[in-house]
Amino acid sequence: MNTREPFDTYRSKLSSGEETCEARVGAYLSVLAERQTLNAFLCVFGSEAHEQARAIDVKIAAGTAGPLAGMVMAVKDVLCMKGTITTCGSKILEHHEAVYDAAVIEKLRDADAVIIGKTNMDEFAMGSSNENSAYGPVKHPLDETRVPGGSSGGSCVAVAAGMATTSLGSDTGGSIRQPAGLCGIVGMKPTYGRVSRYGLVAYASSFDQIGPFAQTVRDCARVLQVIAGHDERDSTSARVPVPDYLAAITGSVDGVKIGVPKEYFNDALSAEIRRALETKIVILEAHGAEIIEVSLPHSEYTIAAYYILATAEASSNLARFDGARYGFRADGAKDLTEMYTKSRSEGFGAEVKRRIMLGTYVLSAGYYDAYYKKAQRVRRLIQNDFFEAFTKVDCLLTPISPTTAFKLGEKMSDPLQMYLSDIYTVSANLAGIPGISVPAGVDAQGLPIGLQLLGKQFDESTLLNIADFLERTHS
Amino acid sequence: MSVTLQDVDKIARLARLEFHDEEKETITHQMNDILTHIEKLNELDTSMVEPLSHVIELSNVFREDVVKPSLPPEEALRNAPSSVDTFFTVPKVIG
Repeated sequence: MNTREPFDTYRSKLSSGEETCEARVGAYLSVLAERQTLNAFLCVFGSEAHEQARAIDVKIAAGTAGPLAGMVMAVKDVLCMKGTITTCGSKILEHHEAVYDAAVIEKLRDADAVIIGKTNMDEFAMGSSNENSAYGPVKHPLDETRVPGGSSGGSCVAVAAGMATTSLGSDTGGSIRQPAGLCGIVGMKPTYGRVSRYGLVAYASSFDQIGPFAQTVRDCARVLQVIAGHDERDSTSARVPVPDYLAAITGSVDGVKIGVPKEYFNDALSAEIRRALETKIVILEAHGAEIIEVSLPHSEYTIAAYYILATAEASSNLARFDGARYGFRADGAKDLTEMYTKSRSEGFGAEVKRRIMLGTYVLSAGYYDAYYKKAQRVRRLIQNDFFEAFTKVDCLLTPISPTTAFKLGEKMSDPLQMYLSDIYTVSANLAGIPGISVPAGVDAQGLPIGLQLLGKQFDESTLLNIADFLERTHS
Repeated sequence: MSVTLQDVDKIARLARLEFHDEEKETITHQMNDILTHIEKLNELDTSMVEPLSHVIELSNVFREDVVKPSLPPEEALRNAPSSVDTFFTVPKVIG
C-alpha cells in the first residue's frame, strides 16, 4: 500500500470496499516503525487507532461516515487531547496529561478522522529547525543529516514520510509553511481567528494559528473545512462564514491577479529557488493569470517587530509554568520563589529561556514604549503594506525560505541567523493573513523547493485554488 | 542600548530564571546581537501610527451570566506535583 497516496484518490477504494481504514492504519504504523530514526512522533496510539479504524470501517459500509472517514492523522504535541500526554516538546511538561480536548481534536473526531499519534516539535513551538525539542531533533525524510524545518517538524515529516495521511501543526511565524516547503508537501496557515485556538498551548497568542499539512491541496482543503469556524471558547475566534473550500478549487487561474513583492526576491534568496519560482510565474501567466509587481516597503522590519512582540507574549504566556499546578517541580526548594525559579530553570530549554528573557526585557519598566509599543506601531505599517497590495491583486506569490533544508547544527550557535531565516513567513502572522506552502520543484541536490501564496484575510479559497493549479503543473 | 551582565541578572529575577556564569555570558552576547538587529525599527518615524494589538476586527463578546459545567477539582488536580484534599500544595511562602 502506498502510504503517501492522498485521501482524495484512495477514498473511493474505501467506499467500494476494496480497501479498509484499518489496513491503512496498519500500513502507516509499519512505515512509522521502519523510520523511527526520523523521530517524528512523541507518542503513538497504535491499538486505539486500530480500534477506531474498525469502527469507522463499519460506518463507511453503512454509509453513515463523516467527511474525514478513512483519513489517518497526526497532531502536533502542542494540542491537548484528553487522557494523553501533551508535552509541547518540553521537559517541563514531560508527564503532563491533558484534561480536556482541544476544539480541533473534537472536530476531527466528529468528522471520523483517526488520530494515530502526537508529533515532535520545537519546545513550545519556538524554532525554525526542530532542533529545540527536549526529545531530540526531527530529521529530514530525504536526508537525515538535514533539518525538516520547524517548529511543526514532526507533523510535517509524518505526512512527508507517509506515516499519516494529513496532520495538524501550529504556525506562529511560519511553523507550518516553512517545514512544508523544506519537505515538499502542502501546509497552510489559515487567517488569524479562522480556527479555534481552544486547547492549543499558547506561545504568542496574537500570532498563533492551527492549520493542516497534506500531500495535496485538496486534502488540505478537506481538513481546513472541518477545523474552521467560530468557537465561543476562543474569544479571538472570528464570526465569519466558512465557504465550501473544495468548491473553490476550479482548476483555472484565468484572470486572477497575482502580486510579486519585489522585496521578497532579494539577495538573500538562493538563485535556484528564484529560478524555480520564476518558472511557476511563467506557467501561471501562460494560463491567463495577470502577474503584477508590488511593493511591501516595510519588509525589512518584519523580523525585528516579530521577535519583540512574539517574545513579549511568550514571556507572559509561559509564566504559568511555575511548578505549582502542573508540570515539572524541582526538588528541595526552600520557599515558593525558589521553587518557581528552580522548576523553570531546570524545566525549560535554552531557546525558550532566551525568548522569555528577551520578552521580559522588552516589557520591563522603561523599555515598554521603546520596544513593545514601537513594534506594535510597525506591525500596523506592515499590515497596511499588505492591505495596500491587496487593493491591486488577489494574492501574493513569494518564496518560503531563503534556502532549501539546511544541515542539523548549522544555525544552532547563532540565534539571530536562525531568526533571519523566517524572513518570508513571519509577515503573514504580523498581518493576520492566510498563507499556503506548495511544492515548486527541487534543487540540484534533490531537496524540495517551496512556494508561498499569501491572501486577503479570510480568503483561503483563492489560495487553495491557485495552489491546486500549481500542484498539478508540478507533476 | 545594550544589556550588561547586571541587566541579565535583573531580567532573570523578573522572569524567575537562573543561569550559570557561563550561560550568563552567552545569553548577554546573544541578547545584544538580537537587540542590535531590533534597533533597526528606530529608522522609522511611527509617531503618527496607532499601535496594532488585534489583527482582525474584534468587538467585545457578551453572554448570559449563567453557570456552565467546568473542570471538576479531581481533574484540575490530576497533574499537580503535590496536593492535599482539593488544594495545590507549595513550599511555605513566608519564612
